[in-house]
Amino acid sequence: MVRINGQDSDAAGMTVEQYISTTDYNIDRIAVEKNEQIVPKAQYGTTIIQDGDNIEVVSFVGGG
Amino acid sequence: MHNESGFMPTREEYMEALVKRHGMERQKKFLNAGAAVCGLGGLGSNIAVALARAGVGSLHLIDYDCVDLSNVNRQQYMLSQIGKKKTQAMKEIIAAINPYIRVVTDTVKISETNIELLSEDDIICEAFDAAEQKAMLVNGILEKYPQKYIVAASGMAGMYSANEIKTRKITDRFFMCGDGKSDAGEDIGLVAARVMVCAAHQAHMVLKIIDGTFEV
Repeated sequence: MVRINGQDSDAAGMTVEQYISTTDYNIDRIAVEKNEQIVPKAQYGTTIIQDGDNIEVVSFVGGG
Repeated sequence: MHNESGFMPTREEYMEALVKRHGMERQKKFLNAGAAVCGLGGLGSNIAVALARAGVGSLHLIDYDCVDLSNVNRQQYMLSQIGKKKTQAMKEIIAAINPYIRVVTDTVKISETNIELLSEDDIICEAFDAAEQKAMLVNGILEKYPQKYIVAASGMAGMYSANEIKTRKITDRFFMCGDGKSDAGEDIGLVAARVMVCAAHQAHMVLKIIDGTFEV
C-alpha cells in the first residue's frame, strides 16, 4: 500500500507521471515529495511509486 | 519617505528597543539571520515589512515589477511610490522602519535559469502570484538546494474565513502557508487582510526557523 497525501492508494507500480495523469492535478502547478525528498520534475516519468512509499503532492493555486 | 520628527535612533538604541520585546538571545538570532523574499506583491511586501520590524539583519528582495495603483489595496506601497520598481520602493519602506537592516535587491524575474541568485540565502520565501511560478521556485529550490528552507504560500484569495489559512510542514525544510485552495484566478479577488494573514504566517515561520523552533 502507498500513502498519498495521507490517504491509502493502490498507485504502487505507476510512475509519478502516470499517477498524476489519473488525477486532476496540473503538472505545472505541483511539487511532489516522496519519503520526504523532492522528486525532480525531470524524473516524474522514471520514478516508480513503490509499496510503502509516502507521497505528498503539493498543489499551488494563484494569488499573492 | 520622510522622517518628519527628525528622530533617528542609533543602532544600539534600536537594538535595545527590540531586545525589550524579543529578549537578547532571540534578537541576536534575528540580527544575525537573513531571508530572501521572492516577489514583492501582496505576500512579499507584507512579509518583508514583518521581518524588518522584527529586526532580521539582512533581507534579499527580488521582484521585476513596478508599483501600480491596483497594488495598493493589499501591498505595503504608498501612493507616492507608484511607478517605482517594487525593489526600490520596498527598500525605502524598510529604511523608514529600520535603517539598520542590510537590504540587497535584484530587479529581475526569477526563472529556472537564474535561480542561483538565491545561492547565498538560507531561508527563502516564495511570494509569487502565479501558480506556475510558485511551483517553479519551490521545485527549483528543493531540487538544487535541498539544504535551504523554503516557506511558500498557496490559497489566500477571497472573503473566506481567515481561520482557514494555516502553516503546514511538508518536510523538515519545506513549509506551506494558505488555505491550499482559494485561487485568485477565479474572480474572487485578493483582499488585504486575508492576504496579510497568509503573509504573516510565512513571516512568522521564517522567524521560527531562525529561532530554531520548527513546529507549526
